[in-house]
Amino acid sequence: MRFRMKTFIRIALLTLTPGVALAAGGIAAPFSFKSDMGNEASLQRGAAAYVNYCAGCHSMKHLRYNRIAQDLGIPESLVMKHLAPANAKAGDPILTTLPAEQAAVWYGRTPPDLTLVARARGTDWLYSYLLTFYVDETKPSGVNNLMLPGLSMPHVLGGLQGYQKLVEPKDGEQAGHGKGPKFELVQPGSMSEKEYKDFAGDLTNFMVYAAEPARMVRYGLGVKVILFLLLFTGLAYLLKKEYWKDVH
Amino acid sequence: MAITPNPHKTTGFLGWIDDRFPLTKLWKDHVAEYYAPKNFNFWYYFGSLALLVLVNQLLTGIWLAMFFKADANLAFDSVEYIMRDVEWGWLIRYMHSTGASAFFLVVFLHMYRGLLYGSHRKPRELIWIFGCLIFFCLMAEAFLGYVLPWGQMSYWGAQVIISLFGAIPLVGEDLVIWIQGDYFIADATINRFAALHFVALPFLLVGLVIAHLMALHEVGSNNPDGIDIKKNKGADGIPKDGIPFHPYYTVKDLYGTGVFLILCAFVVFFIPDFFGYFLERPNFEPANPLATPEHIAPVWYFTPQYAMLRAVTVNFLWIDAKFWGVVLLAGSVVILFFLPWLDKSTVRSIRYRGPYYKIALTLFTISFVVLGYLGTQPPGGLKTLIAQICTFLYFAFFILMPWYTRIDPVKQEPERVTE
Repeated sequence: MRFRMKTFIRIALLTLTPGVALAAGGIAAPFSFKSDMGNEASLQRGAAAYVNYCAGCHSMKHLRYNRIAQDLGIPESLVMKHLAPANAKAGDPILTTLPAEQAAVWYGRTPPDLTLVARARGTDWLYSYLLTFYVDETKPSGVNNLMLPGLSMPHVLGGLQGYQKLVEPKDGEQAGHGKGPKFELVQPGSMSEKEYKDFAGDLTNFMVYAAEPARMVRYGLGVKVILFLLLFTGLAYLLKKEYWKDVH
Repeated sequence: MAITPNPHKTTGFLGWIDDRFPLTKLWKDHVAEYYAPKNFNFWYYFGSLALLVLVNQLLTGIWLAMFFKADANLAFDSVEYIMRDVEWGWLIRYMHSTGASAFFLVVFLHMYRGLLYGSHRKPRELIWIFGCLIFFCLMAEAFLGYVLPWGQMSYWGAQVIISLFGAIPLVGEDLVIWIQGDYFIADATINRFAALHFVALPFLLVGLVIAHLMALHEVGSNNPDGIDIKKNKGADGIPKDGIPFHPYYTVKDLYGTGVFLILCAFVVFFIPDFFGYFLERPNFEPANPLATPEHIAPVWYFTPQYAMLRAVTVNFLWIDAKFWGVVLLAGSVVILFFLPWLDKSTVRSIRYRGPYYKIALTLFTISFVVLGYLGTQPPGGLKTLIAQICTFLYFAFFILMPWYTRIDPVKQEPERVTE
């Protein structure tokens, strides 16, 4: 009976979170990450990482530089000096300087805008994507990715993470269904495994913020609104009881 | 009988108005002296909550329309503009998107109350029919609204729904082009969908809600016992089991509103996409006519109908299976209109009905929920079979109703309402 109950709860949870099981590619994300909008330092590191490693090719056309400054507690002058290209204005969004036609020729497709990728794919997917690049000689870029099999993008973070070989499962499709994939480092990068995971975490955290800047305020505001509504409902209940005293 | 101006003989400024417009009369007839049964229970909150959600959708909708661009090239970005650059835009949008789901939730429960207590039975058939029309308009309104953000699921969901019309023999293909306004779902489509979503359907919805309430107040509310409170009137002509809507039910509904708003606020502020059910993940990617999402699932409130649509897998009478799926989908809504005449029981409320109705309603409830689940899943094998069984049960509930309600052994109804 206990077993059945557990199975039932598991099924119920699975049905409640279809996105988790069915995130793009049909592979469950092997690594999970919990975003934290309160960790300003992590968001700032993530913003720097994005600008340094991703923004060369991937725009975030819905996120403005001065919005980053305001939300991540960085003086606007510093954002403009260190994160934005020289000719950018504070109200400009993050736009790549890579011409779209050129990119399509180089990589086979135009690198997509990443403002909303954390919402479209999910936090765990994004974090796992950053961790599951592996060497695959059959691909033009020399790498493949468990979360996005057959991707056009080279392993831009290879210099940091190093290059790893997929040991298990042999077939990338099965990853995530068992104990999770096993990798073997074949060429070390400049970061240790832990350093790279922290780096990927900061980057993911920033991209979760970028996908929905309202996250910075909605939790805090939500608590206040619900506290107010609790008070309101309590008073409404007392009022109802008072009026209904004479109904028998 | 001629209309008598100012029947309540008010004086002063109010009297001046009442001589010219039935302000006091409207207030007394519909609120202060509208006598509702005193035994309303939990199920009776959802009518006022549906009205509340309607007002929420209208107000938030007006503000969204101020910033939204109904243009295939601009719509998606304008939604992100609302989410980021418009002051409180994210809150207004989440209130609107959560409101859409909340609307269906309260309307489903409101309609289910009718099934429990026989609220559709004589003399309330027109209330039920107006309600069914509201439900029908609401489905159309929700579908149109879902297309507007022009994300992947908007686009491909529209593709699926509009293609249903294409399954109609002979005129189907032309009908699809007429609806789209183009050979594809394109700029013309989003433009007309916006017009219908902003003006035509809200206008119809409000009108139907007024008709629904007028019909209700003409015959009076039903109650959980399903008995007629107007049969037992006091010397003053007021039903003994009736209490004035105001202040009794206004304060009670105020409390219900509070509880409801707490639940809604929790969703709006903490889980606005509700695990991909209220805002689906692929809808955070702009519409791309060249890339079909792996799995197209409608929003949760359409999944029972979607499962029925896919349940038909064989061609029949040389017409494609898809057409019969569309017939079932449409039939599942149309059949609701006939409910008042399908029910032959001598009692209204489930409290005094026999086992047959209780079993039938239980099977109906289970099949509806299971269909709702199956509609979110990719079809195939066992799932299709279960969907077929549940579709059969859904329709059997209505089609067999004249038979099982007639032979159902009923209990004696009480003279007066019970607590």
